[in-house]
Amino acid sequence: MGMTITEKILARASGAARVAPGDVAVVNVDTAVLLDLSFLPEGWREVLKVHDPSKVAIVFDHLVPASTVQAATCHQTGRAFAAKFGIERLHDVGAEQGISHAVIADRAYALPGSVLVNGDSHTCAGGAFNCAARGVGGPDMLWAITTGTAWFRVGETVRYDFTGRLRPGVTAKDLFLHIAGTYGAHVNQNVEYGGPGMSGLSINARRTIATMGAELSAEFTIFEPDDALIDYVRARNAAKFDPVWPDADATYKERRAIDLGALAPLVALPDAVVNQSVPVSEVAGTRIDQAFIGSCANGTLDDLEIAARVVRGRKVARGTRFIVTPGSQAVFRAALRAGYVETLLEAGAVVTPATCGACIGGHMGVLGPDEVCITASTRNFKGRMGDPSARIYMASPATVAASALAGHIAGAEEVFA
Amino acid sequence: MIAPRVWCFGDNINTDLILPGPYLYRSPEEQARAVFQSNRPGWVDQVGKGDAIVAGFNFGMGSSRPAARSVRACGVGFLLAETINGLFFRNAVNYGLLACECPGVAAAFMEGDSAELSLEAWTVRNPRSGAVLAVTPVPAQLLALMRGGGLYPVMEARGLIAPA
Repeated sequence: MGMTITEKILARASGAARVAPGDVAVVNVDTAVLLDLSFLPEGWREVLKVHDPSKVAIVFDHLVPASTVQAATCHQTGRAFAAKFGIERLHDVGAEQGISHAVIADRAYALPGSVLVNGDSHTCAGGAFNCAARGVGGPDMLWAITTGTAWFRVGETVRYDFTGRLRPGVTAKDLFLHIAGTYGAHVNQNVEYGGPGMSGLSINARRTIATMGAELSAEFTIFEPDDALIDYVRARNAAKFDPVWPDADATYKERRAIDLGALAPLVALPDAVVNQSVPVSEVAGTRIDQAFIGSCANGTLDDLEIAARVVRGRKVARGTRFIVTPGSQAVFRAALRAGYVETLLEAGAVVTPATCGACIGGHMGVLGPDEVCITASTRNFKGRMGDPSARIYMASPATVAASALAGHIAGAEEVFA
Repeated sequence: MIAPRVWCFGDNINTDLILPGPYLYRSPEEQARAVFQSNRPGWVDQVGKGDAIVAGFNFGMGSSRPAARSVRACGVGFLLAETINGLFFRNAVNYGLLACECPGVAAAFMEGDSAELSLEAWTVRNPRSGAVLAVTPVPAQLLALMRGGGLYPVMEARGLIAPA
């Protein structure tokens, strides 16, 4: 009997001929990514031994540039740790700054067919690169860097087969909201994406979908590889890699087909991501205080491009704050060169440095009591972006940009008509 | 083991409810004081040592933050849910919080019940109703971590990290 992509990667990394649902696989970790939060004093412990410094990367992202003395102290601890063990991949505040998952994409650290762990839940972002990437906890990260291994429970796999092509103005976020709204949580399950329509999705679109796998509560979220992916990785990382396709006779818990051409823009209602998707028209007119585009899910160049296209030559509504946070400084520079940043600024948006920032309710866009926000980011949980009484709607960057212009939730159809 | 009191929670209890974002930067003690402050203010003063949480589907959905450590620090003896989010489960294993999946548990317990958990028989019993449910066994190597205080003591014993 064949294996899914996830099973094949975990089997190879654990030295087993096969793994199956119910197994606990102890695997060799190819890449372990630490964050600034990894160095918070209540979780970090003095490390006496690093298994292989070349397999470790450190990305400061939740608290950059340092927002508090404590954040600055975390960064100092991280720098000292990198220096002590000779860890060369240190993404400090500066040109190489970014949200870890965006940096991992920019630099193709998540190699196809490999295993990556990171102390942030949206690590499944690396699944866009055919990588078994999983968010783990602080103790897991210490274990991974000191032993080079990690344990995973092997779950059942749900496979999505895409056909057709997204219509103009319909984005990967809408596709995700369709999946989340239709099928709900995938607890203890792996999610794999493929099918003839997959290659019509840009790498950045796949990143949005893979990143949001955390909101499906999936174990792993992995895309099939294709030529576009392999070219993307080869252009950015000289390391050898071995992409993994599923076996033809792999066993799935379920196989679901999605016609991309049939999808329309959606909005997730506040307080939860899954089972909350409604058509934009259902909530159109809801007054907003803030519109946000950013995070590991929607801070890609594609997201900034579509936001710029929607607001070009127009102005953000009076009384509405429009905050845009590129996923990395590399994305910021690319958006600057392409003219997207100027377009956004002219419209009245605030474009911030790359950071987790507003998405995590950290800094640069925290919500006050009873405020209403529409966001293209990862989560709309109660209290996620600031005060627990704030209401957070989630939508595509196109819908968020159109809402920023209107001052209330609005679709972007006319731009794409 | 016997939980003197069961506290019932619903489906999709997320990590922002268990460990609110602003508390990520506070001490573990302060984090433990903030558990469920948005959805159940005052709970941390009511929960007693060894009490059980009984919850619905996808308990602990969300972030990798050490929410399981906070639940343990509140004195919770064990947690039973219809399903447990995979990342929360990892943290439960690694921080030493006894957490198991138990289909049917949400309907079988009411707030204020007690609960008798057997890790030998992998069952939980409700003394009020007499109902006995099967608990999904946790793989032996993960159960050993859960019951032994998690990964930190193992890493210390192996000389991988310095003692606290």
